[in-house]
Amino acid sequence: MTKQTPLPKSAVASVLADKPESVWELRWRRLQGNRVAMCSGVLLIFLALFAASAPVYEQVMGVDVNNTDLLNRFAAPSLQHLLGTDEAGRDMMARLMYGGRISLLVGLLGAFSAAMVGTLIGLLAGYYRGRTESLLMRITDGVIALPLLPLLIVFAAIDLQKLGFSPEFVRSSAANFYRIVFIIALVEWTTVARLVRACTLSLMSREFVLAARAQGASARHILSVHILPNTASPIIVALSLAVGQIILLESTLSFLGLGIQPPTPSWGNMLSNAQELISRAPELAFYPGFLIFITVIAVNFLGDGLQDAFDPRAEST
Amino acid sequence: MLSFIASRLLQSAIVLLVMSFVIYTLIGLMPGDPIDIMVNSNPGYTAQDVARLRAQYGLDQPLLTRYWSWLQSAAVLDFGYSRTYSQPVWVILVPALIQTGKLVGLSFVVFTALAMTMGITAALTKDSILDRGINLLAFAGISLPVFFLALLLIYLFAVRWGYLPASGMFTIGGSGDLIDTAKYFVLPVLTLTAAFAGRFTRFTRASMIEVLRMDYIRTARAKGAGPLRVVFKHALRNAMIPVVTVLALSFGGLLGGALITETMFAQRGMGKLIFDAVMGNDFNLALMGLLFATTATLLSNLMADIAYAWLDPRISLS
Repeated sequence: MTKQTPLPKSAVASVLADKPESVWELRWRRLQGNRVAMCSGVLLIFLALFAASAPVYEQVMGVDVNNTDLLNRFAAPSLQHLLGTDEAGRDMMARLMYGGRISLLVGLLGAFSAAMVGTLIGLLAGYYRGRTESLLMRITDGVIALPLLPLLIVFAAIDLQKLGFSPEFVRSSAANFYRIVFIIALVEWTTVARLVRACTLSLMSREFVLAARAQGASARHILSVHILPNTASPIIVALSLAVGQIILLESTLSFLGLGIQPPTPSWGNMLSNAQELISRAPELAFYPGFLIFITVIAVNFLGDGLQDAFDPRAEST
Repeated sequence: MLSFIASRLLQSAIVLLVMSFVIYTLIGLMPGDPIDIMVNSNPGYTAQDVARLRAQYGLDQPLLTRYWSWLQSAAVLDFGYSRTYSQPVWVILVPALIQTGKLVGLSFVVFTALAMTMGITAALTKDSILDRGINLLAFAGISLPVFFLALLLIYLFAVRWGYLPASGMFTIGGSGDLIDTAKYFVLPVLTLTAAFAGRFTRFTRASMIEVLRMDYIRTARAKGAGPLRVVFKHALRNAMIPVVTVLALSFGGLLGGALITETMFAQRGMGKLIFDAVMGNDFNLALMGLLFATTATLLSNLMADIAYAWLDPRISLS
């Protein structure tokens, strides 16, 4: 016997108002019933606020994230530096906040770009079938099967000047940031592509799509009006599960010195400095590592909850 | 079966060829230039010398010509010299391959055993406290960055308690016996195991739960088969089909894990070799390291396909 969760007021109200509960309302209600996922969502909101309030913290505390103070290295937590200072006397709290911005932004932007690529490929493969489909799916399977991290390291090490970008652009922190997002999108699109293709294939045989085709609607019209809106739920689920992967990937690349470049702090590159100092100041490694961990685990729990809420029949994997 | 294997082999060979071109191009785009590096180490070179060297190494040729001549020498197993080691690439790659093979192989056995045990236990006690505990542990394993875990283990076991060595492959000047080498393997294997056990625990659990719902399991129970027999004879075999495939497909990911682990624990395996070669502008070594890693991954995928076809009689091999 499964426990019956009492219907919330909104559901009762919608029945009373003689208005059927929409599928999104149903999903939201299911998600609300999942305590772990809801707690994770709240935690993520707090983490986002934590990262967003970095400039406010600097103002209030009168510190600057890049301000080094060699006379005050490895300081213990104090009222002036809430979490103490690092090996260059920089405020640890401010660096963690700015690092969080990078991790969360790369996570969201990377997942979004990966989803765009994956959706496009999935839609095309599912719509055109035949040669196009088998070629696109071969490429997808090929990318999934490759040793990605070693290859990503080469991608991250590429000299953009050899590709014709100007030296000023190559050295800018914006180029550094977008390069990471690009590299991540390059490998993370595969799950979305497979899900969207499967979804498109099944939608293609539905009556409303057949009717649209019979009326001579263009491929573009069918894909954007009839298919795409109906693939929203697998895309959202895959996106939410990808964000965690991407945050891990960014932190790994930054840790190896190939991601976000210092002095811009990211949780990954903060750990790479702290590695050398592990016996002297283990807390410098602990803070960023712990933040990556709770962020990723919260994203994963939320993604798992979304998956259950969107498709209660499928057992999560 | 044979024609199935042959066609998959051919496909893998094509993928490898495409990848060799992609990797060759990428390596050419890395910062630095082999001739510049030579010039830097010998200030006596004149502009003519540079031009002559460039022509001698064929670096003035277009990309496709260079790739073609590289491919011709690679076809007769001439992979060139490593710049940093001043030795043929072969001589450096083979020991590294063996080192990584040991690390990955050992971790694979440990995390598969762990993941199967935990996954099956969780599936059989679905929704109990035990199941939830295992689930939480699995999520934690998936969400923990590999390098952070390695750092934590080094801090606790090597720095704080001093039980185990922090890095390296054997005690320098020590006897180099099995126990000594084994000590250096404990933390890296633990790291890789923790990084991969979570995902497969969840996968085994999901697959097992799905199979346990099947009609033939109900039939077996109804006919009076004991619970152990139902689980191990009827359910496990079928539940393992997708798990085995995913395990074999995870080889590429394992190499990525090995790269981080070897870098953290200073073990000279394939992963660290590729990383150091990329960072140190050792073009030949980086190229061959990446190609070896790709080949190994493609072979393991091929094995996954064969295992899948062999385990599941419903799959036709055409």
